[in-house]
Amino acid sequence: MTDLRPDPDELLDELRREEEAARRGRLKIFFGACAGVGKTYAMLAAAKARRSEGVDVLVGVVETHGRSETAAMLEGLPVQPPHYLEYKGKRLAEFDLDGALALHPSLILIDEFAHSNVTGSRHPKRWQDVEELLAAGIDVYTTLNVQHLESLNDVVGRITGIVVRETLPDQVFDTADDVALVDLPPDELIGRLNAGKVYLPHQAERAIRNFFRKGNLLALRELALRRTADRVDAQMRAYRANQSIQPVWQARERLLVCVGNRPGGEQLVRSAKRLAASLDADWLVVHVDTPGGPSLTEEERQRLLKVLRLAQELGAETSVLAGSDLASTLLAYARSRNVSKLVVARHRKSALMARIRPSLVDHLSRQAEDVDVYVVAHDLDEDVAGQDKRSNVRSLLFDDVSARRRKQGYVAALLSSALTTGLSALLIQHFELANVIMVYLLAVVMVAVRYGRAAGMLASFLSVALFDFFFVPPRMSFSVSDTQYLLTFVVMLVVSLIISQQTARLRFDARAATFRERRTRVLYDLGRELAGALTGAQIVETAERHIDGLFNGRPVLFVPDGDEHMKKTDPEQGGDEGVAQWVFDNQQAAGRGTNTLPSSPALYVPLKAPMRVRGVLAILLPEGSRGLLPDEVRLLETCAAQIALALERVHYVEVAQDAIVAMESERLRNSVLATVSHDLRTPLTTLVGMASLLENDSLDHTRRHELARSINSEAQRMSRLVTNLLDMARLQSGVKPDKQWQYLDEVIGSVLREMGGRLAGHALSLDMADDLPLVNIDEVLLERVLVNLLDNACKYAPKSSTIQLTVRHEEDVVRVSVRDDGPGWPAHLANSMFDKFTRGSNESATPGVGLGLAICRGIVEAHGGRISAENAVPQGAIVTFTLPVETPPAVPE
Amino acid sequence: MTHDSRVNVVIIEDESSIREFLTTLLEGEGLAVFEADTARRGMIEVETRKPDLVILDLGLPDMDGVEVIRRLREWTQVPILVLSARNLEISKVAALDAGAEDYLTKPFGVAECMARIRVLLRRQVRGSAAPAQIVRFGSVSVDLVSRQVLKNGEPVHLTPIEYRLLAALIQHAGRVMTHRELLRTVWGPSFSESHPYLRVYMGHLRQKLEDVPAMPRHILTETGVGYRLQETSDSMNG
Repeated sequence: MTDLRPDPDELLDELRREEEAARRGRLKIFFGACAGVGKTYAMLAAAKARRSEGVDVLVGVVETHGRSETAAMLEGLPVQPPHYLEYKGKRLAEFDLDGALALHPSLILIDEFAHSNVTGSRHPKRWQDVEELLAAGIDVYTTLNVQHLESLNDVVGRITGIVVRETLPDQVFDTADDVALVDLPPDELIGRLNAGKVYLPHQAERAIRNFFRKGNLLALRELALRRTADRVDAQMRAYRANQSIQPVWQARERLLVCVGNRPGGEQLVRSAKRLAASLDADWLVVHVDTPGGPSLTEEERQRLLKVLRLAQELGAETSVLAGSDLASTLLAYARSRNVSKLVVARHRKSALMARIRPSLVDHLSRQAEDVDVYVVAHDLDEDVAGQDKRSNVRSLLFDDVSARRRKQGYVAALLSSALTTGLSALLIQHFELANVIMVYLLAVVMVAVRYGRAAGMLASFLSVALFDFFFVPPRMSFSVSDTQYLLTFVVMLVVSLIISQQTARLRFDARAATFRERRTRVLYDLGRELAGALTGAQIVETAERHIDGLFNGRPVLFVPDGDEHMKKTDPEQGGDEGVAQWVFDNQQAAGRGTNTLPSSPALYVPLKAPMRVRGVLAILLPEGSRGLLPDEVRLLETCAAQIALALERVHYVEVAQDAIVAMESERLRNSVLATVSHDLRTPLTTLVGMASLLENDSLDHTRRHELARSINSEAQRMSRLVTNLLDMARLQSGVKPDKQWQYLDEVIGSVLREMGGRLAGHALSLDMADDLPLVNIDEVLLERVLVNLLDNACKYAPKSSTIQLTVRHEEDVVRVSVRDDGPGWPAHLANSMFDKFTRGSNESATPGVGLGLAICRGIVEAHGGRISAENAVPQGAIVTFTLPVETPPAVPE
Repeated sequence: MTHDSRVNVVIIEDESSIREFLTTLLEGEGLAVFEADTARRGMIEVETRKPDLVILDLGLPDMDGVEVIRRLREWTQVPILVLSARNLEISKVAALDAGAEDYLTKPFGVAECMARIRVLLRRQVRGSAAPAQIVRFGSVSVDLVSRQVLKNGEPVHLTPIEYRLLAALIQHAGRVMTHRELLRTVWGPSFSESHPYLRVYMGHLRQKLEDVPAMPRHILTETGVGYRLQETSDSMNG
């Protein structure tokens, strides 16, 4: 412990906090012991001071409660009008969050931080509105009484006898940038009250006067002072850690709290929170599902979920575990999470019960050697009502045996008992009574294994009764002549009960294991398939397929479009794009079970990837669903993170591909410029040179004639080049062939006429089949193909060699090939000569930019044909293209 | 025909170099040339000069060439020769259908240009004279009165449609006829849209009249535009 370096994790934490704080607005809380101490007044005074400094101040909500001093302070400050919400026929004023966000002042005043919003607002609580304002970079001043702090809520309730329903999570209070304590000695407060400076609503006057007793006020003042002091202390410690004044190198404590289904769980959680805060420890709250306990009523189930939610709000990590033994499950979890302290509640029990059934505390203290066990007293002042409303829920984690199956179990117990009795009636003629009872035992075990504990128990009792009635003398009576049989009954009953219990436990374990295994498998499969996904659509499909059925609802994915607007991947599905948009923008979950729009029928979680949010995953819950448990939420978040990572990966693959395409087109552009400038400059140079030669008068007539002819042919060459460039441009802009039914020989005829002089140096051998059908082609485009192919042949074939043009009709195509006696295609080109600007050899004397074949391919493919090139034997090049043959319209003779 | 013994030609073309080349060429042939660089100016020239031929560029700065043809056709039947770039077959067809007589694709040579002009001027002259009874091209002779077609002295049997096609081409010999024009003339006004019949019958006609049908010398295809009957086979120009 001599190392004086600050903890690097803490430094990073500090940095992150500072960064976040720079973007966020600052929150200042004017904190007081109770109403009437002058918080609102102090807040307004501070705001006025800021306004005089030129800060843009807006009053969001300020309650003057009719106090004239406060109302006077309000003068001169701009006040935002409230907006009104219809609720149960009443028109209720509420803070206008969207209005404030739109106005975007530098500082906004929001009175009564713990206020609950009117149902139908975006957030149920006002502090959540404030969170959004802060996130938008707006500074907020607000006021708060100590009794509204969540963790002190019960303490204040016990002191004053009034339990406040509007509470604020301590987390929010602790992370506020500034807390200013507004303090007033109790005597002065009572004096102000008596002087009428604190307005009291008439009807509640007595109750409130009761509240403002000096004893209460003293206690509240102490609470407020101490809470503020705690905060200052925490700040001091943070400062010391930061400045490395004293090394803080100790491993953080971790607390594990176990809550059951009994009332008083909220108190236990609050106590644990105070304990965790005083120890500066992380804390976890768990509930353990066991097969042994009684069935949960719907009431108990709701209460348990509420306790877990409260724990989450107070900053705990919550979880629901499943295991057949409470103590060992709890300890195993504690060890796996490195928990140093276990907190459990002690319940009042009679001395006898305590002896017969040892409590959890006893179990724990026997098994827990490495974990401290804290026992918190539990006073059951919360009313226990609705015990009679038993439902068939036993497990929080998975839906228990259905009512139908349970009935089946009872029927099976009845049937098997009857059958066994029938069988025994036969057996009794050959076997001893003591052996026959074994058959009953076997039947009970089978029922218990198949249908669970309840059916097993029913079968046990039935078996004993039937055995007694039918087989134990005197027969056909429940009376027993030989007392020895009583022992038989007891042993049989106990054995069958134990077996039922054990098999039920085994079944539970097996189900829990299957349940966990299924989740693990889904995560594993999801991860594996996402890793293989290449497109966003694949990821969406994979994700929806795997998540469907994992939770008690259907999944819907939202991804942003080009304008960052959320769009459903499947428009058929439900789900609100507006909520998804909010989740995407705020990077926070919303919907059922969260703080934003908790009454929504779906839960929305952001798909957070390392670089940014990639979309939103929603689970549409069915009507009346219980919502998601903490573990399920975590599982959902894990899935969301995996999907987000996959989406981000695909995104960057696309970015990389775009970059490659851009590089490729850059390369192509350069090669275009190089070849075009070469091929245009060459004939131009010739033209300019020859034209200036012509100006020379001393040339004789023949020489002039030759020059004119050369100029003509060079110009024709350029014309062809320009035509090809234009054709290519036209093809690239996506020209549609204007197809007409016609004979290919007609096109060939006009091509040969156009080629005319250019072919002169070569012999052309035309080989056309007689059975050529009508083809559906664009003659103008096809003419370009033939001209280019023949031009190419003329260019590369030696003078006075033969060029072969062959046209054949083969089944469903017409095949046209052009063959020359030239050097053939260079081997390295393979089929890349059909790419743009590809030539046999660079900068060769043979003119042309290598566009011809690319144009040919474009046109032939637009006609649904194919083009290919090969070398002829013994030498020469062949280009062949096909055109599909369809059925032409009938032509009358 | 005209007040002057010389033949008048109006050239409407905005490119001065092409104007200059045409003027030099035509004046060398003994024609009187009047130039205009805009459509508006050109139409005034046509009105005042009463020319025997108009050479019109389709790409003018102030008006669409097809529109110019339409306006001229409202009051004069003067032959119009259109100048157009390659790849613009559609605008060529539009110009021809609007009433232009023939077209030249840029770039063009002297021989090609003069051949077109001669055909158009001859028609203008022949307009007054009676048409010849017997027309010959290559080894084919057609008697327009007795409707008899001979090839190398042997009679050739043509179906009525084939004969009507041939007659239409002969009537416009040397000039291009668009698909639409041919369809309308041979099949009637209701067949104005392009139709595979025309190409099929044209193919039959070639089979019967051309020496090498794949390399026709007289019944020529103007790709994307229409057909032309070339009476003399000597003007293979490149």
